[in-house]
Amino acid sequence: MIYLSLFYEFFKIGLFSIGGGLATLPFLYKLAETHPHWLSAQTIADMIAISESTPGPIGINMATYAGYQAAGPLGGVIATLGEVAPSIIIIVIIARFLAEFDKNPIVKHAFYGLRAAVVGLITFALLKLLAVTLLLDGMVNYFNVVVYLALVALVLIFKKVHPLVWILIGAGIGVVSALVL
Amino acid sequence: MSEPSLWKLFSTFFKIGGLTFGGGYAMLPLLTEEVVNKHKWASEEELLDMYAIGQVTPGIIAVNTATMVGYRKRGVLGGIIATLGEISPSILIITTLATILLRFKDNIYLQQAFGGIRIAVCATVTVAIIKLMKKSLVDLPTILLYLLVVASALIFSLSPIIIVIIAILFGITVQNVKERGKKS
Repeated sequence: MIYLSLFYEFFKIGLFSIGGGLATLPFLYKLAETHPHWLSAQTIADMIAISESTPGPIGINMATYAGYQAAGPLGGVIATLGEVAPSIIIIVIIARFLAEFDKNPIVKHAFYGLRAAVVGLITFALLKLLAVTLLLDGMVNYFNVVVYLALVALVLIFKKVHPLVWILIGAGIGVVSALVL
Repeated sequence: MSEPSLWKLFSTFFKIGGLTFGGGYAMLPLLTEEVVNKHKWASEEELLDMYAIGQVTPGIIAVNTATMVGYRKRGVLGGIIATLGEISPSILIITTLATILLRFKDNIYLQQAFGGIRIAVCATVTVAIIKLMKKSLVDLPTILLYLLVVASALIFSLSPIIIVIIAILFGITVQNVKERGKKS
């Protein structure tokens, strides 16, 4: 039953990804390893693009897209519900018993380590992303490397610009380079 | 306005989910406007506290905050309804887009566009990581943990779940050792 395993897999992602939308990325890559017919490293890259350029939390958008790819519209709904179910359970428990949860010293200490590890996990996801983007059949695609470095510099300089703008610029570069090269 | 209707909770969070791009900090202004100024469901301090708890609990921050606001106003059902409101726009928009994109996925121009888009995504994620590094890698132990996580994920393909659990234990242990060092 694909819906049941979708719910279960995304429930796990919701339970263990802490600290914002991109934190779900390493879990999606793991999912691509264990369930290659659901999603691939390539579709994850497209998924991030679409999730960054549409309204709504990135983590939710990615869950809907991944679920849709795996099992159609209902799959998208089930995956998303799976991802939010742990939140609802945990928040209800915490709201009842621990009003000052975030000020608890043990929670603070745990986060000291957790934050560093989450950046590490997202870095790992980025390396996977770079591998499908900058390599072409095992060879470095220099054009893509140059565009990537230029875009990193631009995003760093123009901090206020919405991600949608960069994604549209990327799309433009992709189409133009296909027409020219 | 102490007891909002479930419909009001749903529609308010539907609006918040449908109008914020990216979640996280991006949603705070609209969240404050709706929850604090317009509906007076919480004071600004209470909302910031809820948001802080949402950041340190598992799951999507926007969803955690929605659940908390809904729960405080209308109990467990309120939490569920607020969350469903928050995620409904995503489900509608992404399902529509995915249907269109998968229909045209063999189009050469669309493929080329996504080739370029992937480069842009790499760039935005890279910058997001640089920002996170500044906040998270604050001393030698956290830098070492960071490098260890990247290496172990690459070499052993460890499950992120195991890494998350190890990182929590690491944080508690290192901070305890530090505090003991201060006392003695």
